[in-house]
Amino acid sequence: MIAAAAFYLFAAILIASAVMVVTSRNPVHSVLFLILAFFNASALFLIAGAEFLAMILVIVYVGAVAVLFLFVVMMLDVDFARLREGFQRYAPLGAVIGGILFLELVLVLGTWSFADLAEDLRLSPNPGGDVTNAEALGRILYTDYVYLFQASGLVLLVAMIGAIVLTHRSRPGTRRQDIAAQVARAGSVNLRQVPLGAGLKTLGIERPPLPEEPKPAVTHDAGHEGHH
Amino acid sequence: MTPAMRGTIEMTIGLAHYLTVGAILLVLGIFGIFMNRKNVIVILMSVELILLSVNLNFVAFSAWLDDLAGQIFAMFVLTVAAAEAAIGLAIVVIYFRNRGSIEVEDISTLKG
Repeated sequence: MIAAAAFYLFAAILIASAVMVVTSRNPVHSVLFLILAFFNASALFLIAGAEFLAMILVIVYVGAVAVLFLFVVMMLDVDFARLREGFQRYAPLGAVIGGILFLELVLVLGTWSFADLAEDLRLSPNPGGDVTNAEALGRILYTDYVYLFQASGLVLLVAMIGAIVLTHRSRPGTRRQDIAAQVARAGSVNLRQVPLGAGLKTLGIERPPLPEEPKPAVTHDAGHEGHH
Repeated sequence: MTPAMRGTIEMTIGLAHYLTVGAILLVLGIFGIFMNRKNVIVILMSVELILLSVNLNFVAFSAWLDDLAGQIFAMFVLTVAAAEAAIGLAIVVIYFRNRGSIEVEDISTLKG
């Protein structure tokens, strides 16, 4: 009974926040309502018994994706008033198409039924007992679906590299660390033993030697020509 | 449906309730795509809503049939959705850097 009441509460908040996501005037509000929708969806997952997915939804979606949306919305200096211009024009079309789609979905929902053998066709039945949801998922994920798991890791890697490549720009005029020049540096840093008691007045400040005159390249190349 | 197939969802809630919530979320996502024709970011958020409704259906069927494969598939859907959001937002950022707007109608000039 409490589960049913909690289900209706979370489902109502989920749908209301989804409505606010698509109709809100300010995209920042849309992102915040999206976060609320994710929280309520994870509560629905919890009621259905999928604890691991509920936590993943909160961590990955609220912690990463929604915050990424928030970053982008706040980073882009968009004139939001201009973006709302076509709002009224497209609303009837969207309402008609959405209504037709919802009607079809309701028709499907009212008529379908499970096959008689659906219980025997299960791919990986829940072990039940005292095996927790996360442990059961891990057993399946790392044995039966390990290749798909690796493939999804590859998808994430490619997405990460793609996002970096897309948004990276090399600006001229910026100073960067030149590691090769640092390593090849010689002569300016010396370690030597000084007499005891000799201070700065007697030794003077040690300056790095002046850079050598570049040798003529012709003679340098001629010396190594025989090796090749 | 036989009583043995009813998994961890309690009888008071039922599978149809979950499917109805998923259907409403899907329709809202599609409605959002149509309504926010100029704002790519809200369109991306609508796509996230659609994927969330798909995940809700997967989890509901997984709980009803007591079959964990649905939750595995929902996890892969989450992975792909995260990658899609990252790439989509990166495209939005470079598009805004080049054009100074994120209107969808202008994006059609990218072709060719």
